Amino acid sequence: MSLWELANPTLFMRLSGRMLPVLWVLAAATLATGLIWGFFGTPEEARQGASVKILFIHVPAAMMAINIYAMMFVTSLVWLIRRHHVSALAARAAAPVGATMTVLALLTGAFWGQPIWGAPWDWDPRLTSFFILFLFYLGYIALWAAIEDPDKAADLTSVLALVGSVFALLSRYAVNFWNQGLHQDATLSLDSRTNIDNAFWVPLLICIAGYFLLFLALLLVRTRTEIRARRLRALMLSGVH
Amino acid sequence: MGRSERQDGAMRLEVEDLTVHRGGRLVIAGLGFAVDRGEALILRGPNGVGKSTLLRALAGLAPPSGGRITLTPDLALEDHVALTGHLDAIKLQMSVAENLRFWAGLHGGDADAALIGAGLEALADRPAGFCSAGQKRRLGLARLLLAGRAIWLMDEPTVSLDREAEAWLTGQVRTHCAGGGMAVIATHVALDLPAARVLRMQRPEPQAAHGTDPFLQGRWG
Amino acid sequence: MRAARALLLRELALALRSGGGAGLGLAFFLIVLLIAPLGIGPELGLLSRVAPGLIWIAALLACLLSLDRLFQADLEDGSLDVLALSPLPMEAVVALKALAHWLTTGLPLVVAAPVLALTLALPGPAYLPMVIGLLIGTPALSFIGAVGAALTVGIRRGGLLLSLLVLPLYIPTLIFGAQAAIRAGRGLDPATPLLLTGAITLFTLALAPFAAAAALRINLR
Repeated sequence: MSLWELANPTLFMRLSGRMLPVLWVLAAATLATGLIWGFFGTPEEARQGASVKILFIHVPAAMMAINIYAMMFVTSLVWLIRRHHVSALAARAAAPVGATMTVLALLTGAFWGQPIWGAPWDWDPRLTSFFILFLFYLGYIALWAAIEDPDKAADLTSVLALVGSVFALLSRYAVNFWNQGLHQDATLSLDSRTNIDNAFWVPLLICIAGYFLLFLALLLVRTRTEIRARRLRALMLSGVH
Repeated sequence: MGRSERQDGAMRLEVEDLTVHRGGRLVIAGLGFAVDRGEALILRGPNGVGKSTLLRALAGLAPPSGGRITLTPDLALEDHVALTGHLDAIKLQMSVAENLRFWAGLHGGDADAALIGAGLEALADRPAGFCSAGQKRRLGLARLLLAGRAIWLMDEPTVSLDREAEAWLTGQVRTHCAGGGMAVIATHVALDLPAARVLRMQRPEPQAAHGTDPFLQGRWG
Repeated sequence: MRAARALLLRELALALRSGGGAGLGLAFFLIVLLIAPLGIGPELGLLSRVAPGLIWIAALLACLLSLDRLFQADLEDGSLDVLALSPLPMEAVVALKALAHWLTTGLPLVVAAPVLALTLALPGPAYLPMVIGLLIGTPALSFIGAVGAALTVGIRRGGLLLSLLVLPLYIPTLIFGAQAAIRAGRGLDPATPLLLTGAITLFTLALAPFAAAAALRINLR
């Protein structure tokens, strides 16, 4: 079966309905394992003490915030090119989750920064970039909400998502130019020698997997809701009940 | 009248099995007809039956969700249509002549000839904002005269026209068709176009929506 | 070419006539910059440090406020349909309208900025980089704004939404433009941020007409 067949609402509803219970269980189990291990099974860090453990919430949230926007870019492109309704609705369904992840990353960053930097907020390039990313999410969600015709809304928000992705990237580099900040280097990076200690590394990976599964489950639930709303609308417009 | 791009030989606008959705609603389903050079087609049907949508689809503004609209010989439709809708596309801050001159600049064509052809010489320097509704409509229709397009798509062109202006309008359509042009006119009034064919449009069967809307297919809750 | 000239002249004429609002952006720019010291305080040392940022933010807002009518007036009176069916490609229509917007809104700001900078005690070496930055940066504001205006053209009371969509897109231009003046004010070389401002503008000039034209076509359906 090709991936494109999933774009048929009927098939999507059937498959996602079957996958969801499994996904929920997997997401809950993975998240619980990762967080419990992270909070209680890791040592305190030399300089940052126990407050470093917020990274198990902060880092995956930050990663998802970016990845969800990237996913919206791809699904928007798929909708514009191949006109698969599920793709457009998945982008719509993902946006509020992505915005929440961005806020979560900002909030946990503030909680983390308060004891370490002595201030909850700093116009550090990373924090600023996430703040900007949040604005892009807001605009995207607001545009969906403002347009009545759902296909037109899907088209226009897709154009916005494409333009927004390019400018979000440009903003990231502009912000780096604007201020070299306080934020520590990337927690996870393939080429960095300052990666975190192995004791944190494994539970962090589990947490990231848990966030990903949680996002997948939320995405399916929300997309199913969007599809149902479209069916309702189509039924009401067609005059047959 | 004005610049003409009409070629000799056959020109034919053909619509096959046309389906158009608007706002997620099925408006036109399985419509087919053809218009040949020199022909006028009058669209009739109750409000909301899809006359305006059909005209916008013919103009290439509303993409069909199924079927085909073709212009033979193999020509790009959007280069050969001129559309007048409910709105006159007039800038109220500009004078009548300025409006025409802008369109002439856009399409080519002779603004002065169109001004005379539309009987608007006396109003040339009047700001369009101070024209009556009928005069504005006349000005909007004058755009067709200078656009030099072979296919006129007209949506309720007689609204706010008096009897005399209506006669002027039908005269222009007859001249246009006699010169090898085509016209598709959505209207409720009886126009003095004895040669025109009439297409009675009907709402699609409610059941038809189920075949075309992916959200209405399959059984799931 | 004639069509492009006709559209550009018409846009300029409309902007300069009553109700066109060409001077309003400039007046807004003036008011923001004159009112800012009332909020910040009269201390010239502080004002001279925040002057580049204030000037750029005022320019952003002045451009933004005049954008919501960029396509909306043409949609409301039907002109946008005419433009869509004209020989000009939609991308050219967008580019010309954005150019006219820059000529009537952005360019006056560039001229007024050095005068207003005097009241904010902008450091001497920062003047030239600020003016050059505005000159090469403000076209990006008009062209990015055209994308936002095209996306929201069909939305009633879309002005606030337009700000929400467009202001985040202005961030790179704002940062590089303001940094040029800030660096020059501190005795550093402003060449890098100026070049980056120009790069963003060139990129925007190439990309924005296509995005905005796509959005307009969607909105005309």
